[in-house]
Amino acid sequence: MAKTVVIDPVTRIEGHAKISIFLDDAGEVENARFHVVEYRGFEKFCEGRPFTEMAGITARICGICPVSHLLAAAKTGDKLLAVQVPIAGEKLRRLMNLGQIIQSHALSFFHLSSPDFLLGWDSDPAKRNVFGLIAADPDLARAGIRLRQFGQTVIEKLGARKIHAAWTVPGGVRSPLSAEGRQWICDRLPESLDTTRTALRIFKDLLDRFHTETEQFGKFPSLFMSLVAPNGDWEHYGGAIRFKDSEGNIIADGLSEDDYQDYLGEAVEHWSYLKFPYYKPLGYPDGIYRVGPLARVNNCDRFGTPEADAELAEFRQRGGAIATSSFLYHYARLLEILACLERVQQFMDDPDMMSDRVRAKADINQTVGIGVSEAPRGTLFHHYEVDENGLLEKVNLIIATGQNNLAMNQTVTQIAKHYIHGNEIPEGMLNRVEAGIRCFDPCLSCSTHAAGQMPLHVQLLRPDGSVLDEVYRD
Amino acid sequence: MSITTLKINGQDVVTESGKTVLDAAKEAGVAIPTLCHLEGVSEAAACRLCAVEVKGTPKLLPACVTPVSEGMEVETNTPKLQDYRRMIVELFFAEGNHVCSICVANGNCELQDVAIEVGMDHSRFSYRFPDRGVDLSHPMFGIDHNRCILCTRCVRVCDEVEGAHVWDVGNRGEACYIVSGMDQPWGEVSACTACGKCVDACPTGSIFRKGTTTGEKAGDRAKLEFLVNARDKQEWSR
Repeated sequence: MAKTVVIDPVTRIEGHAKISIFLDDAGEVENARFHVVEYRGFEKFCEGRPFTEMAGITARICGICPVSHLLAAAKTGDKLLAVQVPIAGEKLRRLMNLGQIIQSHALSFFHLSSPDFLLGWDSDPAKRNVFGLIAADPDLARAGIRLRQFGQTVIEKLGARKIHAAWTVPGGVRSPLSAEGRQWICDRLPESLDTTRTALRIFKDLLDRFHTETEQFGKFPSLFMSLVAPNGDWEHYGGAIRFKDSEGNIIADGLSEDDYQDYLGEAVEHWSYLKFPYYKPLGYPDGIYRVGPLARVNNCDRFGTPEADAELAEFRQRGGAIATSSFLYHYARLLEILACLERVQQFMDDPDMMSDRVRAKADINQTVGIGVSEAPRGTLFHHYEVDENGLLEKVNLIIATGQNNLAMNQTVTQIAKHYIHGNEIPEGMLNRVEAGIRCFDPCLSCSTHAAGQMPLHVQLLRPDGSVLDEVYRD
Repeated sequence: MSITTLKINGQDVVTESGKTVLDAAKEAGVAIPTLCHLEGVSEAAACRLCAVEVKGTPKLLPACVTPVSEGMEVETNTPKLQDYRRMIVELFFAEGNHVCSICVANGNCELQDVAIEVGMDHSRFSYRFPDRGVDLSHPMFGIDHNRCILCTRCVRVCDEVEGAHVWDVGNRGEACYIVSGMDQPWGEVSACTACGKCVDACPTGSIFRKGTTTGEKAGDRAKLEFLVNARDKQEWSR
């Protein structure tokens, strides 16, 4: 008899979600869905506020990557002021985003996902977490935690606090890097680079054993979208939007964020609070695309820093010119940490880091502004419309995790079909389904524009929709 | 100069006759929390935070407008007063829309300071979430009525120090709000000299310089006292 398995809540992700797995009469998986079960309403309650508050308000969407919103809000503010940000201001914003990508990726890899690889997919769920990792390999766990601390402290050295630093403003930033801050970063860089190299070595060894995971964790053709620098380098702040397909063909290039409505559509499904963005020219759901580390690494021609480029060559050797397995998000994340650290190193010798010319001031000169930046999880758009005095009349936020929604659904379906057969579902199998979601490091707090940890709920449903079995995990 | 003697918290205090209990306490080094009081302008007794107990009367009296009298015995920090003060601050928070985390005055807000001082960790009253507006029509400044506690410092400083009288209080009761000119958008009030004294006088993030972002407002309240002393006493030092 057909039934549905429900995983609720999904653990070790940021936010609240559940997964439903639909089985047919023979007990085989027919379909699976990733439901986001939180609702927040930021776009609505920002209406009527001054646009200058948007960095402060939207940063509160999330405690993991508030910097992404700080940057996207500030860049949208730049457009409303119609000013060019001083070069030092732009570089400082970039430095904060590098710190952010490092800390968020370190969190995703070490704290959230590595217990699966290092302790085993089928290990005791009570210990399959960062505390289990600390017990099993204290040195690695400590190094990972300290790597995240490095990224967080880069943010703090710039914005005076690690989380929700109110430092980026329309027109630039508030203050340059202090000499003390620069020294701290310089002192901790070598250790951070070493940790990243170690993590890469460990992960590459694991990849040689994880053939099934690489094949089954969301390996499918899709488009990839990210910012790319004008010269084809990996980009996280400026540049223009590029779409590539799984064959490596550039489908669209040099797209401006200002025209996002021309190439991005948003579909809504009744079973999830998370919208389903798609590439408009291909329609819904064929316009499925992925964003985030894998997309950025696939889309760029090169990183532009020596060590990361050497690792990129090996990545492409292992995963193909275009890596289509979502399992390789983890690998791409490590590459990006390396590239970010190298770029931080380059910035430390840049005199602009200490410049006082960091902020352009102006009145409202445009009433519509669209800003974009690469959040750790992918491309983030902010779109504001204001009245002549700068009060917001309309707000639209397109969040990275939302753009991976179709891909996450396809990933859980693929994993469920491969691992789940019949009515009995071993816990380790469910964990693999969850791990498929963790590849994307989704931030549901952001994408629904909730708080708390990300607990999983899997339901087995009969064809008539009634629940046959369900597993909860807090 | 005639002299009045009184007791504040059991301590003998000698002060000039005609002064207020708040002045006498300040001279004696006794701190009484205030919000609507601002050095350099007249008193409004709008916030009632400075209420004290005076022997012989069952009423709580606002220290800012109660003159000292001979033999008066004042208590400034009894458990009853502590309770009332905390309640007053909770009511301020419940009345408007005060979201510190995104406010321009975060970290430099007298309402926030007072909340900490009176030990408010939550509000026992449910929030009203009133529907109030933001006026950004002035070329230099903005007023966010969500953050206004109706202390009327802006009204008094504009009238008494600048002499422009841009501000007034409109309506009654819970519908009270600060109006500019004849209840016009601020940017249309020709009397405004754009001096910015109301920005410095405002205890919260209600009146701010346009373009100011979260936690960026740094009000210079002592400047108003300086201006008044410069004008009245010809004292030009701060």
